[in-house]
Amino acid sequence: MISETLMNWGMADGWAIFLGSLIGVLVIAFPLMLAVAIVIYCDRKIWASINLRRGPNVVGPFGILQSFADGLKVFLQETIIPSAANKGIFILAPIITFTVALLAWAVIPFDAGWVLADINVGLLYILAISSLSVYGVTMAGWASNSKYPFFSAMRAAAQMISYEVSIGFILVCVVLYAGTFNLSDIVEAQRGHGLGFINGYYFNLLLFPMWVMFFISSLAETQRVPFDLTEAESELVAGYQTEYSSMAFALFWLGEYANILLMCALNTLLFFGGWLPPVDWEPLYWVPGIFWFFAKTFFFFFMFSWVMATVPRYRYDQLMRLGWKVFLPISLLFVFLISGWLMLTRYDQPDYDCVPVSTTGTVATDDAVLCGPESVVQ
Amino acid sequence: MTVFAFYLFAALMIASGAFTIFARNPVHSVLWLILAFFNAAGLMIIVGAEFLAMLLVVVYVGAVAVLFLFVVMMLNIDFAEMRAGFMKNAPLGVAIAVILLAELVLGIGAYRAGALELGTPDGTAATLVGESNIESIGALLYGRYLFLFEVAGIILLVAMIGAIVLTHRGTTNPRGQQDIAKQNARRPEDATRNVRPEIGQGIEL
Repeated sequence: MISETLMNWGMADGWAIFLGSLIGVLVIAFPLMLAVAIVIYCDRKIWASINLRRGPNVVGPFGILQSFADGLKVFLQETIIPSAANKGIFILAPIITFTVALLAWAVIPFDAGWVLADINVGLLYILAISSLSVYGVTMAGWASNSKYPFFSAMRAAAQMISYEVSIGFILVCVVLYAGTFNLSDIVEAQRGHGLGFINGYYFNLLLFPMWVMFFISSLAETQRVPFDLTEAESELVAGYQTEYSSMAFALFWLGEYANILLMCALNTLLFFGGWLPPVDWEPLYWVPGIFWFFAKTFFFFFMFSWVMATVPRYRYDQLMRLGWKVFLPISLLFVFLISGWLMLTRYDQPDYDCVPVSTTGTVATDDAVLCGPESVVQ
Repeated sequence: MTVFAFYLFAALMIASGAFTIFARNPVHSVLWLILAFFNAAGLMIIVGAEFLAMLLVVVYVGAVAVLFLFVVMMLNIDFAEMRAGFMKNAPLGVAIAVILLAELVLGIGAYRAGALELGTPDGTAATLVGESNIESIGALLYGRYLFLFEVAGIILLVAMIGAIVLTHRGTTNPRGQQDIAKQNARRPEDATRNVRPEIGQGIEL
């Protein structure tokens, strides 16, 4: 979008794309950081009011500047590197956590066409990037050269791999229904999905359980309560962050909340119709789509805080059991059910007639008919 | 731009591959390896195979390398011992390296000389017109190569079951099996009781 404007101003195409992407990155990253600051404040406020406390209320009106004060404080502190730490990796770990948390936002569509990189493997990209976030934690825990961070790193690695498996299967379900990996197309596919007027996949008997599991898995993936065993204060001090101070610690903090927001955004995009209004009704489209997107995302963030304030922490073996013995079989079963259902209802139509690509070694140019409504023939 | 990106990724990949071998610390080795995977994914994106690139990152970086890192981090490494072992095993390593190099040279030499018929690129492997490469790969995997694909899946499943059977050979668990349903069904009334002991007297258990 920005690149095209620049091209219209008479810039060379390559430079326009480069500069456009750069501006796009800044346009996403700065508001995201601001949103993280606000969200940390909201988190503390929600948590406090559920606990019948006041929460932050000193800095600025209603304490709204608390996050910025914290940020400033942390920024002015000295970065302490333990002498026994593995220095390079110790410094690299928070940087990786933070960068990875920002990277995934490149493919998130905020509104129709408001996306930095509209790639057709968007969902896979997010899966790939979110599988990286484990490295920041693991490296931090190992490089600290200290017992508790190391335990925490082990826990984090095992936990995130376990839940990624079931998240993968849940995403496959959504992809099967939408027929695409592109996030914008997935959102568009949800238009009027439920009873012809509800925008969103949650209004679907086969996909609603998937959403519940996705929500729980995203809690586990971002290491939020009740699955915050990697930084369980009563067991591991502060987990992998124990040896970190100052800006390095802040980078972990920012990365963690950026990840949480990402998971909320994914909940919105995959199951609740992204930027589409809740129901497919004309006047609701007058409200800009970005409003719906943020309203839904913050609703999910509220749910994250709500869970944090009310649910006690899991035991580690139960966490693993939930991931491998409950979520994995159920999500596998639903992949099976959903593909079966789609085979029966959608792909059994005459225009989806599938002719297998010819089995003789070379691809025959005439009878190489692919499955799909448009049946592309070369 | 593409040429620049290609040389950037290729150079970084070769460099990180070299560092994977030369790094003294095994954890550093694994991290360099991950960087190499990344650059390989970058190269794949340049040739337009974005699906494969993403799968490389998801599978190798996201799962396999994490397990490597997991194992390597747990190792208690004695560098002096490792260096002693290096000298002991060096002849064997050199021999294997020479054999691999000879194979490569022979293979490429034979191909260059025209003794090997591998087929010429005629565009049949290119993505179908108007299809994304996810759809092309899907059509091939679930169309022409369905049988091979399924067999590969079954082989992997057998391997997995084999690993589980090998590790679980002794079915008698010395620590006793946990029965989650039983744990969940346990109520406070079953485990605790309210007592009001007389002053100066203990509780009879």
